[in-house]
Amino acid sequence: MRFLYSVGVPLLAVLTALVLGAVVIFATGGDALRAYQGLWEGSLGRPQSISETLVWSIPYVFGGLAVALAFKAGLFNIGVEGQIGLGSLASVYVGYAVKDVPFPFHLFLALAAGVAAGALWGAIPGVLKAKTGAHEVIVTIMLNYVAIQMTSFLVSGPMKDPNPLIANAQTPKILQSARLPPLLPDPQYRLHWGIVIAVLAAVFVWWLLNKSTLGFEIRTVGANPQAARYAGVAVGRTIVVTMALSGALAGMAGALEVVGLNFYHTAGFSVGYGFDSIAVALLGRGDPIGVLPSAVLFGGLAAGASRMQFLSQIPIDIIKLIQALVLIFIAAPALIRWLYRVRVPREAESVAGEVQLTASWGKVEA
Amino acid sequence: MSVAVPAIPATATRGNLRLWLQIAFWAAIATVLLVLTGVQFGPAATISILAVTITKATPITLGALSGICSERSGVVNIGIEGLMLTSAFMGFMVGVYTHNLAIALVAAMVSSALLALLHAVLSITFRVDQIISGTVVNILAVGLTGYLNRQLFATGAPPGLSVLPRVDVAGLSAVPWLGEILFQQKPIALTAIVLVFVLHFCLFRTRWGLRTRAVGEHPLAADTVGVNVNRLRYVNVVLGGVIAGLGGAYFTLESVPHFEPLMTNGRGFIALAAMIFGKWTPFGAWGAALLFGVAEAIPTAMQLQGINVPFQIVGLLPYILTIVVVAGAVGRATPPAADGIPYVRA
Repeated sequence: MRFLYSVGVPLLAVLTALVLGAVVIFATGGDALRAYQGLWEGSLGRPQSISETLVWSIPYVFGGLAVALAFKAGLFNIGVEGQIGLGSLASVYVGYAVKDVPFPFHLFLALAAGVAAGALWGAIPGVLKAKTGAHEVIVTIMLNYVAIQMTSFLVSGPMKDPNPLIANAQTPKILQSARLPPLLPDPQYRLHWGIVIAVLAAVFVWWLLNKSTLGFEIRTVGANPQAARYAGVAVGRTIVVTMALSGALAGMAGALEVVGLNFYHTAGFSVGYGFDSIAVALLGRGDPIGVLPSAVLFGGLAAGASRMQFLSQIPIDIIKLIQALVLIFIAAPALIRWLYRVRVPREAESVAGEVQLTASWGKVEA
Repeated sequence: MSVAVPAIPATATRGNLRLWLQIAFWAAIATVLLVLTGVQFGPAATISILAVTITKATPITLGALSGICSERSGVVNIGIEGLMLTSAFMGFMVGVYTHNLAIALVAAMVSSALLALLHAVLSITFRVDQIISGTVVNILAVGLTGYLNRQLFATGAPPGLSVLPRVDVAGLSAVPWLGEILFQQKPIALTAIVLVFVLHFCLFRTRWGLRTRAVGEHPLAADTVGVNVNRLRYVNVVLGGVIAGLGGAYFTLESVPHFEPLMTNGRGFIALAAMIFGKWTPFGAWGAALLFGVAEAIPTAMQLQGINVPFQIVGLLPYILTIVVVAGAVGRATPPAADGIPYVRA
């Protein structure tokens, strides 16, 4: 029964959100049927669409994992956006500026740079929270703006492609030796090895949380920081490590977008991943394995959006609206219960586990 | 989750000496900087910086007052950014269709209040984690405004729209210095300043304020003496929505006559930092908002004086300042004791 609820409630949430989305489209004078036909064709309808859905879902897997991991420690990482952006920036720099390193090693260096940048950007709010009690929600949001402005400055100035034919603010392309090979031989499929790395990452985070000492400490801190301290867990250190790991996952997302897909970086390319990642994590019920299907759903919505816009002239922003509606029904399962007259067991009620995110607003944890 | 109730809740005391010392400290720094500016570029530059400061502080002040309204009763609202974005758009949209700024202003506040009501329903009735509920509000606002903006105004804003005119408060606006800074502002900026005083009075001098603070500090005690905790929280969250709606209206009805996606640009989050820095008091929050206002006014002034610094670098100032502020480099803040905790009647 519990399994039925953990699958059924998200499914009903998605369904309800799609129906409400159709109502909004209809109310603003659009053709909802044609819009959803485009959404279907662009996400699952053709083999190439499936490849695109999976390509889009790769950053969502990492972003979702980043948020889910932080949730377990009672931390709310809204900074995924900035961490992904800086991950891309660091990895693209290593990709084009470091020369004469043979293929797999250069690729590893580029990935490592992205992961390190993300981890550093994630660790800052962790350190501030542990040392001063600054709430990570405010700090991570502010760091997003800092990262966005820094990226905009760097890609239009110091890191801009010197090629005079390129007017856009974008970096040079990374060298061949730093690129991740495509997964399929046919070039019309953009799917790359990142999807395999993403699945492995989900399994790793699951293992880390459920089978390792660090994971036990993370969950203890998330459940009750006072009790964790009493039991001898270094709460401050755990907060910093969790935020760094969370940032590292987001940095990996950014690095993979560079080495596997775009091969260059430009300002404002990851706009929106941050909030979407929160939705992915919540839809996956804060569980690393649950993040995988919800990332594919969000990847599908993103991939189908442009086909939808092409077919029905409905702006792709409707996807954001649908995502927010999904999130409302996921965050408040009681709404679904009330709408569909189903009984939801108590343990399925809480989204982020037993973690209370808000209770520590501005207080010192360590 | 048991939360120890402090013997003397720090937020409940008004004569908070440390807060005033901090404000004095920052005011002193600001004064020195402004005097230096005046010496270097003439008094007109200083006056213009101060006037721009008050203008730029307007949405932050209103956002912070909205946060105080809600959090003093125990409901954290990180959706203020979303409330302001939504009301900015709705005010713009209604303004386009009616060509009536008064109706547009009301529409902005109503739309924000409705979205705040959603936050109240989710977090008070359904007891969704308030941070998550606030995030829902933010995502919904981005989606709703982005979609409607592109669907309705794909070709850009129609020309010929106006913004609220400057109000010259009779006689006062001609007063040198003070009049030029304070009384040549536009209506929402002036209302924001008035609201600081009004909210302070209401919070600390009226029955509503006493009940609000009681519910935010110790809901069980308030309930015991007959205050309807959740009803009061509903009222305060929606009232906060109305105030945030005024803050959103600033963007499209007072600042510029058009809407851009994501145009609030983090002001709602900065407002929360101002609220925390101001220790959940209207005057403290206003002081903090003015500090953020200076951080925004200085880059503008530098550009006017022809000092060439990349805008992305000076544009970082408010965000970095926010981090410094919440990191408590200038003192620890204690939120209302029951902030963020749903109330369940035992």
